[in-house]
Amino acid sequence: MISAGVGGRQLGGDLAGAAVVVVVIPRRRSRSIQSTAAGEALRCGGGGIKNAWSLQGTRPAILASRSFSSAAKEMTVRDALNSAIDEEMSADPKVFLMGEEVGEYQGAYKITKGLLEKYGPDRVLDTPITEAGFTGIGVGAAYHGLKPIIEFMTFNFSMQAIDHIINSAAKSNYMSAGQISVPIVFRGPNGAAAGVGAQHSQCYASWFASCPGLKVLAPYSSEDARGLMKAAIRDPDPVVFLENELLYGESFPVSAEVLDSSFSLPIGKAKIEREGKDVTITAFSKMVGYALKAAEILSKEGISAEVINLRSIRPLDRATINNSVRKTNRLVTVEEGFPQHGIGAEICASVVEDSFEYLDAAIERIAGADVPMPYAANLERLAVPQVEDIVRAAKRTCYRSSSLAATA
Amino acid sequence: MASLLRNSGKITTTAGLIARPGFQGGRGFGLSSFSLFFSSPRRFQTTESESRVDSHCYDDEISQKFSVLGGKVPYTSGMRFTSELPEEKVPCYRVLDNNGQLIDSRNFAGISKEIAMKMYTDMVKLNTMDTIFYEAQRQGRISFYVTTTGEEAINIASAAALKIDDFIVPQYREPGILLWRGFTPQDFANQCFSNKFDDGKGRQMPVHYGSKKLNYFTVASTIASQLPHAVGAAYSLKMDGKDACVVGYFGDGGSSEGDFHAALNFAAVLEAPVIFLCRNNGWAISTPASDQFRSDGVVVKGQAYGVRSIRVDGNDALAMYSAVRSAREMAITEQKPILIEAVTYRVGHHTTSDDSTRYRPLEEIEWWQMARNPLTLYRKWLESNGWWNDEAEAELRSNSRKELLKAIQVAEKIEKPPVGDMFTDVYDAVPSNLFEQEKLLQQTVTRYPQDYPSDVPVRAVPSS
Repeated sequence: MISAGVGGRQLGGDLAGAAVVVVVIPRRRSRSIQSTAAGEALRCGGGGIKNAWSLQGTRPAILASRSFSSAAKEMTVRDALNSAIDEEMSADPKVFLMGEEVGEYQGAYKITKGLLEKYGPDRVLDTPITEAGFTGIGVGAAYHGLKPIIEFMTFNFSMQAIDHIINSAAKSNYMSAGQISVPIVFRGPNGAAAGVGAQHSQCYASWFASCPGLKVLAPYSSEDARGLMKAAIRDPDPVVFLENELLYGESFPVSAEVLDSSFSLPIGKAKIEREGKDVTITAFSKMVGYALKAAEILSKEGISAEVINLRSIRPLDRATINNSVRKTNRLVTVEEGFPQHGIGAEICASVVEDSFEYLDAAIERIAGADVPMPYAANLERLAVPQVEDIVRAAKRTCYRSSSLAATA
Repeated sequence: MASLLRNSGKITTTAGLIARPGFQGGRGFGLSSFSLFFSSPRRFQTTESESRVDSHCYDDEISQKFSVLGGKVPYTSGMRFTSELPEEKVPCYRVLDNNGQLIDSRNFAGISKEIAMKMYTDMVKLNTMDTIFYEAQRQGRISFYVTTTGEEAINIASAAALKIDDFIVPQYREPGILLWRGFTPQDFANQCFSNKFDDGKGRQMPVHYGSKKLNYFTVASTIASQLPHAVGAAYSLKMDGKDACVVGYFGDGGSSEGDFHAALNFAAVLEAPVIFLCRNNGWAISTPASDQFRSDGVVVKGQAYGVRSIRVDGNDALAMYSAVRSAREMAITEQKPILIEAVTYRVGHHTTSDDSTRYRPLEEIEWWQMARNPLTLYRKWLESNGWWNDEAEAELRSNSRKELLKAIQVAEKIEKPPVGDMFTDVYDAVPSNLFEQEKLLQQTVTRYPQDYPSDVPVRAVPSS
């Protein structure tokens, strides 16, 4: 398998300021279906790509989106994150990375691969094992005007640093009356992976999303990853960026607009991944994929589901959610985390407050089991939502299930 | 048996055993089980090692190259535990004797008259401010206050030794540095009364001062969380290559927090130009230092992390000035952290919510008020130079008092911050939900004014 990854990165460096395109080959077989001949040609001909792109000129964003509207290119979430961080570090010398294993090891999940080599140890810092330490140091550096990206190996470990995230990063701008701003990004994998047990599997979305002063983002696709990461790094407020380990290797089609270095997504806007008219399904991160599969199954049974990819947990795009529910009159919220005080609870409250009369059925919440994550594979499967759970819930809201028990 | 074992020197047990407590430098250990079970004399270090203590062996070159420890590590065949406490406590650097005279003029670098005078006048102003604001709290005019009584020298002398570009990351007992840098009595009063001229927009409790202009980070109530922040800010200075350092202040209590250890460790690894200044004032609310740690104070922890450190008499203004000056020099030119333990005493209560006579003897407080009082001591030195006298003292005290009382009177009457200020600065730009909430609140207050305090102005928040 030819790796155009290195060539792609050099490409980015050469054309800094012009179109920055990173064409990469997925590291392992991707799950997406597209594999056209054109796609193959693009993957193997790194040199050919360079020439084609260099013809675009210096302001490629508009031209590119017109000429290349079909998404023939694919990119893994891992590469999407890597390229986004790379481009932002290249554009702004104040951006720097800090975390365990981010440098020499190329990142515990290889998200920061190649960055130490490119930017040097001043901007990519391998830290001692102290989340409280490096988070506090990142916050202090942000106070002083740098723009740190702090990586937690998983957000489970952010618990050792949560005082700095909540009491320092989130509240300082307010407590100092605007004198101290904290342009910091906290990122890392969140939620369940596979077979890693209770202390490595919790979803912390609702922990952070309840705190004013923080912004909380949860990308699903590569487009989400690129756009939201860039927005997060550029944002003057502290951002908690919740990735997902199992999504890192997944490939998604990306348009030319997404690949442009000036691309970013607005924070606080959800995306309607699939339009429908019978029931609204909200989800974020990995569960978006499950919701889409559920929607596919439901469509075969005559139920048209609208799938909303939240993208932004705080601020929550209440307008999009409510407008959708006013259209479909039914709602199923899906999340991986624990049910009590979860994201679904907040969405449910929002819809009940703003669109009560539009509901034709009680809102269904799908969440992880209310137990610390067990390790055994069969138990783990039962502890996280599965596609069938979403399908059954959607049917219940449509009064299609034969009994209250989830046996359909 | 237990009490016998605590004494160093030979003891005899009931089994006729001779135990030799005290390894080299050690001071007692718990060995009750040993002496009961063995009937033959036992030693706790080999006799040969005593004579061979100078002849260290080292690994060969290749082992050194791959060594985890780095560099040459001496090996010894004599098993030796490093004692938990050093033979002698780390000496405390002091410049002035009890009569305000230089102990050894060779070891004091000197100070200009201008700075020396400003140091004293600011110490007096700080002391006066504490007295008056404490009284104001007792009268119910402000809700809360934290005095710095007894620690004026640490505050003012350290500020005098630094430059305006040096970032200050305080705990909460360092208002003197703001005073030195130009915060006026009115500025202090405005924050304590949280009126509309407070730089902090009335967001925080009294004494949570902050000033971007004066390079003084806003006080946060969390203990020791500012220490890693100080290291991060120092890293930023390092990347900018600035001729400046960061000074992070904390107390003896703060040195127990995890953040302290992470900060020192990390600062050494990062080679950050930061001074960690510990005000060891003996008390963390009601917890005495003997319950806080069992080491020889905080200074010894520096070496544990590879950080150069010094212990200074915190009540000696000249010693503080001298030590901080040198520390700043080292931190910037060598780009490394320095730890200063300033030994002092918290003469006042922890805060106005505390009555320290409940947990410590009045005699102890009074003794520290008298002996090595930072103001009295330093004043003696000034007078011996002919730079101060009783008239000047009376005038200074009287003027400071008047100025502070006026500041309080003025601050009390100023309007509180408008309701709109509650919703700004949560984020860089006001989000739509807060904008809506503020509008709703405005409408409600306007419609039902009798239900809301009359002295809180309603003013619209600009939408972003």
